Amino acid sequence: MSTQASTPMVSSPLTLESPGARAWRRLKARPSALVALAVIILLILMAVFAPMIAPYDPIKQNYLLVRKAPSWLHWMGTDEVGRDLLARVIWGARASLSAGMISVGIALLIGVPLGLMAGYRGGWTDALISRFTDAMLACPFLILAIALAAFLGPSLGNAMIAIGITATPIFVRLTRGQTLAIKTEDYIEAARAVGNPVHRIALRHILPNVLPSLLVQATLTVATAIIAEASLSFLGLGQQPPLPSWGSMLNSAQRFLTNAPWMAVWPGLAIFVSVICFNLLGDGLRDALDPRSK
Amino acid sequence: MTQHPVAPLLKVEGLGKSFVAKRNFFGRPTATVRAVDGIDLELKPRETLAIVGESGCGKSTLGRLILRLIEPSQGQVTFLENDMLALDPTALRDMRRWAQLIFQDPFASLNPRMTVGDLLSEPLMLHNIVPETERTARVGKLLQQVGLKPEHAGRYPHEFSGGQRQRIAIARAIAVEPQLIVCDEPVSALDVSIRAQVLNLLKDLQAQLGLSYIFISHDLSVVRHIADRVAVMYLGRIVETGPVTDVFDHPRHPYTRALLDAIPVPTPHRMKEIVPLEGDVPSPLNPPSGCHFQTRCPFVVARCAQERPPMTLKTETHSVACWQHQSIPDDHQARGKVDYDPRLERLMQAFNPT
Repeated sequence: MSTQASTPMVSSPLTLESPGARAWRRLKARPSALVALAVIILLILMAVFAPMIAPYDPIKQNYLLVRKAPSWLHWMGTDEVGRDLLARVIWGARASLSAGMISVGIALLIGVPLGLMAGYRGGWTDALISRFTDAMLACPFLILAIALAAFLGPSLGNAMIAIGITATPIFVRLTRGQTLAIKTEDYIEAARAVGNPVHRIALRHILPNVLPSLLVQATLTVATAIIAEASLSFLGLGQQPPLPSWGSMLNSAQRFLTNAPWMAVWPGLAIFVSVICFNLLGDGLRDALDPRSK
Repeated sequence: MTQHPVAPLLKVEGLGKSFVAKRNFFGRPTATVRAVDGIDLELKPRETLAIVGESGCGKSTLGRLILRLIEPSQGQVTFLENDMLALDPTALRDMRRWAQLIFQDPFASLNPRMTVGDLLSEPLMLHNIVPETERTARVGKLLQQVGLKPEHAGRYPHEFSGGQRQRIAIARAIAVEPQLIVCDEPVSALDVSIRAQVLNLLKDLQAQLGLSYIFISHDLSVVRHIADRVAVMYLGRIVETGPVTDVFDHPRHPYTRALLDAIPVPTPHRMKEIVPLEGDVPSPLNPPSGCHFQTRCPFVVARCAQERPPMTLKTETHSVACWQHQSIPDDHQARGKVDYDPRLERLMQAFNPT
């Protein structure tokens, strides 16, 4: 009795679409998310190629051109020591975007393993990690970031670390919650039954199923982190002068709001655009990765 | 691995599991549920033992206790002459090579983010069944063994139907070349025609690979088709066990009789002869004293409420846990002809060319 013969042929009305391809197809159907993605890519390119694009040196002072309004020579005008604002906004993208992404990277790097451990191991591990994140979440985001940045000392790198640590509890919670839900699935028990070691179950079986939610949360948190970096720079705890970041530019602009408003408008607009784009992309990804939506 | 023709492959003694149902303010347990309560079993190589019972009687838990996917509270599991409960985590993982599990719901038991190829090569990799270079070929062979095509390896589970997914789950179980497979209601989620195909597949694989099955099911007609022996469970305990023909044709325990009587058959007059069971299954939180079945048993006597009836040998292989098994009249007339599901039988024939 042959097994092949005892079973009928398998029909294949099936598509060859991986989850990634499916998500991309659904994302493409959402114009707002696509535009946001394009703008984000544009901003990143701008930051990467800043030395080639910027029309002037962003830190070269010129006391003959102090606080000039936008003109053909200086499209966005100049600041209080005669530096070209367009050049500073372009260079500032480096600090602001990298602060946003690197701090979220730090938060993911710390938060996801802790969340996986808390969710999968449970018991004391979970109690310890959860109480600690609860305590951190009890402090307002920005206050905690400011306290940490002040403790670490003013520099862009320290600001990123401070923001990253402050954003960590969000990812611990999300990962823990998702892990708790996924670990009761049959396929996790199947993975155990097949003889997977614990770390492999966590990394190969649970993590890929948590990843979509993490991706969405990460894009949303990048937006928060960009604002946090701007706030820290505004307070003098982020990017240090004379190097530009959008937040530090706003910081120096506040004293001239009435007579040189352009100094605040452009970096403010840059923050606004990048934050809204990351938010829109996050929303689009959430819909695209949700298996329940068509 | 040497075969022991007489020695049992699996021996379960006094196996039990209590779950904490309620805790007080300080986290101390105040109520426990004995989901599985002192089970003894034996399984010989190449044998199929069916475990039947209502939902919630603890049969799925028993399957997981045997594989130690749930830690037992008491008892002993000896598998391939190893004390399963004494194994450290590493040794237990190695032991998993010899005992596998097939789940009821093929939509939940396959990781949606792994391709079929990944799903099947994982056990090959974990237990080093074949060298890395031969894994793709082995995955193709496994897929053919369960009636799928090697090309299917690149696809994701959501692209398959329920029956096909169950085949993939079976392929994953046989990938490690196990001796024992615990089948937890493997065909309950499938429709009748697919059910027959998958049952045939399981039978064929057993013949080819020399597998032993523990077949958990609530469907007695399926059990009749696939099992050699059957154990009937009620509220965490085994009440009757023996060869399928003996138990089905000459049931001794009142509960087994009630179960068999509950099978719908196209014989209108028979309805008059059977006495349906009264009441519901008691809460496992607060099970009846003595024999768990005493609250619903038509043959109940005073002793049933006082002492738990021991397993008594009726014949050499057929045993029953009932105080009254001597005095209960031997057989109901209509029983014995009804357990074969003629429709399932026809379907199995139709899908089986030999």
